[in-house]
Amino acid sequence: MSRHGDYMARAALVALGAFAIMASAITILVVIPKIMLREVRAMPELAPYTDEQLRGREVYIANGCLYCHSQQIRDPAFTTDVDRGWGSRPTVPEDYVYDRPHLLGTMRTGPDLINVGQRLPSEDWHLIHLYDPRAVVEWSTMPAFPFLFEERRPEDVGPEDRVVPLTGPRAPEGVVIVAKPEALALTAYLISLNRQYPVADSLRAQDQMLGGDGHSGAGGSHD
Amino acid sequence: MSRPEPELGTAAEYGRLTGREVDAVAASRGLVPDDLEVRLRADASSRNAVLALFAVGIGWLLIGSIFGEIASIKLHSPEFLTNHAWLTFGRVRTAHLHAVNYGWATAALIGMSLWLMPRLVHSELRDGRYAILGAVLFTIGIAIGIVAVLAGYSDGMEWLEAPRWVAGPFLVVGGGLIGFSLFRTVLARKSEHLYVSVWYILGAFIWFPMLYLVGKWPTYTGVESAAANWFFAHNVLGFWLTAMSLGGAYYFIPKVLGRPVYSYQLSVVGFWSLVMFYSLNGMHHLVGGPLPTWMITTSIVASVFMFIPVVATAINLHMTVVGRFGALRYSPTLRFVVIGSLSYTAVSLQGSFTALREVNRVTHFTHWTVAHSHVGGYAFVTFLAFGAIYYIVPRLVGREWPSERLIRWHFNLVLGGIALYVVALSWAGVLQGLALLDPATPFAESVRVTLPGLWGRTLAGLILTAGHVVFAYHFWLMVRKPGVATRTRPPLHEVRPVLYTAEAEAGRR
Repeated sequence: MSRHGDYMARAALVALGAFAIMASAITILVVIPKIMLREVRAMPELAPYTDEQLRGREVYIANGCLYCHSQQIRDPAFTTDVDRGWGSRPTVPEDYVYDRPHLLGTMRTGPDLINVGQRLPSEDWHLIHLYDPRAVVEWSTMPAFPFLFEERRPEDVGPEDRVVPLTGPRAPEGVVIVAKPEALALTAYLISLNRQYPVADSLRAQDQMLGGDGHSGAGGSHD
Repeated sequence: MSRPEPELGTAAEYGRLTGREVDAVAASRGLVPDDLEVRLRADASSRNAVLALFAVGIGWLLIGSIFGEIASIKLHSPEFLTNHAWLTFGRVRTAHLHAVNYGWATAALIGMSLWLMPRLVHSELRDGRYAILGAVLFTIGIAIGIVAVLAGYSDGMEWLEAPRWVAGPFLVVGGGLIGFSLFRTVLARKSEHLYVSVWYILGAFIWFPMLYLVGKWPTYTGVESAAANWFFAHNVLGFWLTAMSLGGAYYFIPKVLGRPVYSYQLSVVGFWSLVMFYSLNGMHHLVGGPLPTWMITTSIVASVFMFIPVVATAINLHMTVVGRFGALRYSPTLRFVVIGSLSYTAVSLQGSFTALREVNRVTHFTHWTVAHSHVGGYAFVTFLAFGAIYYIVPRLVGREWPSERLIRWHFNLVLGGIALYVVALSWAGVLQGLALLDPATPFAESVRVTLPGLWGRTLAGLILTAGHVVFAYHFWLMVRKPGVATRTRPPLHEVRPVLYTAEAEAGRR
């Protein structure tokens, strides 16, 4: 048996080969892209997140929203993300410059959220939806997040409190629901999600030179 | 001829055979009696560390099962347990992932590796104290990570949620100490030949630190972090869990059957082509995403090329079993390991197929991916770990498993459970993907069509959990209650030793 492969009996060679191949994979898929993507700049229309929005982003991460919601619009050449109304164009690396870490997501148990601020700009809607998703979206399987809110007796509510305007049969009786700072921050973050500004053709062309995910690159065939 | 010969691993088994039988078995394998001494000493050297890691792993398996079940129920019954932040879906789901992958599978496979390595290099485990200390620190790191995620402190990248500056040091130092002990053992080896299992296990302990460093590097922004995230998350399966599991499969199948692995050359091809192609696979989790197209195309091409290592390994492992399937009736180890190896072939081919853009446009973002990951993480890795534990523990405690019936229950429950799991969830995923692809179909429909499959998954989870409870109880009986387990019969069936002769082996070629 060993006649055929004495070299494999040398632990150092196996270890070195194992190390070298993994190191080259890291170079190809992590280091080179990091160098190339250093040139990527945010569009002027994309504002950095405010402190409030960043706190909301933390709430989004802490409660694992990313495990059910993606934040990316894929190429219309082989997906229907644009047709579904989730965005007017595919998202590009420039859209994520302020995202640390990325929240691209891998599941769509719920809808994509990268443009949810444009689709659903109402703070009231988001607060109600977070407190009781099925109060506004009857078929929703999203968990409710009552722990982001407080139940108060009506007489304990002050002018500085943000009251959630719940009505209808699902509204709790005899108490008022007040949003905690976490709920307000999360709502601010969600409303900030809007990557609908146009991307210049020159940028798309530059992306394609970078190898960006333009129409020509991600066609229906696998190249 | 289809019956396995007994392993000459423990004093108990040694005493069961007559001297002539021992000599005959030893001679047929080219062993001199001293080899038995070496093996007994190798087993004794790793005994405490291995048993501790198995116990810890089984504990995590139970905890992870409960988290998984809660998360599963929440997906179809969203009002279930919504009042506490730490029980929200996004947290228990992640706690489940960490408990089963880093708690259970990692601990069980490290335990298997610590037992295998001394045997394979004909040496004793070096610095076993460091390995035990490392296992303790590693376990603390996992526990910190899970508590942090439940408390809402997450680094925010899938598979990498445990906070890097809090859990990280425990994982790095703990894993490093275990690796140190394994490397010292390899360097102190007395055998000239390095068996294929050694390459995989050695590799795993080189790759994991590299991957962890890349995944947890703190300065990525934007889509770079997506690339690093999926580079880590895909490779932690391929180069950590899969590598150790394949090391186990290459050991247990030939060992239990008492025949050499089918082809040495194929194992060389399988090993190096796995390293080459698997390491470039990760970006197929981002097909269509906002990354440079060449990265994603590279991963798709590499995913397709995965058929080379997969087919090489499949031929090698399955051809070793061919003609000896009858032995599955006698050996619980062989049952779990052979089904695990078949699942490895299946999950890998499924992965190559899913990476194709035409398929991916349906399955991406759906429960199909979750089902796929359970074929890998459960039907392959977890089955391998079960098989390894069934083989190793009797050789450490010097007696056989106390109950055939509990082994049967365990096997039937987890096999039925994972089959239902994969079928129900893959089906839900395809329906979901087709609904999502049709813009005329309301999004609500893509949710509604998954509900039966999600209920099926919850039922499957209950069955799997029942299997785990049976297994944990049996392990406890085995380790903690010596009085119960005085029998020395092998599990499932009484067998008499049968020697495979050179002529019989020549006959199958």
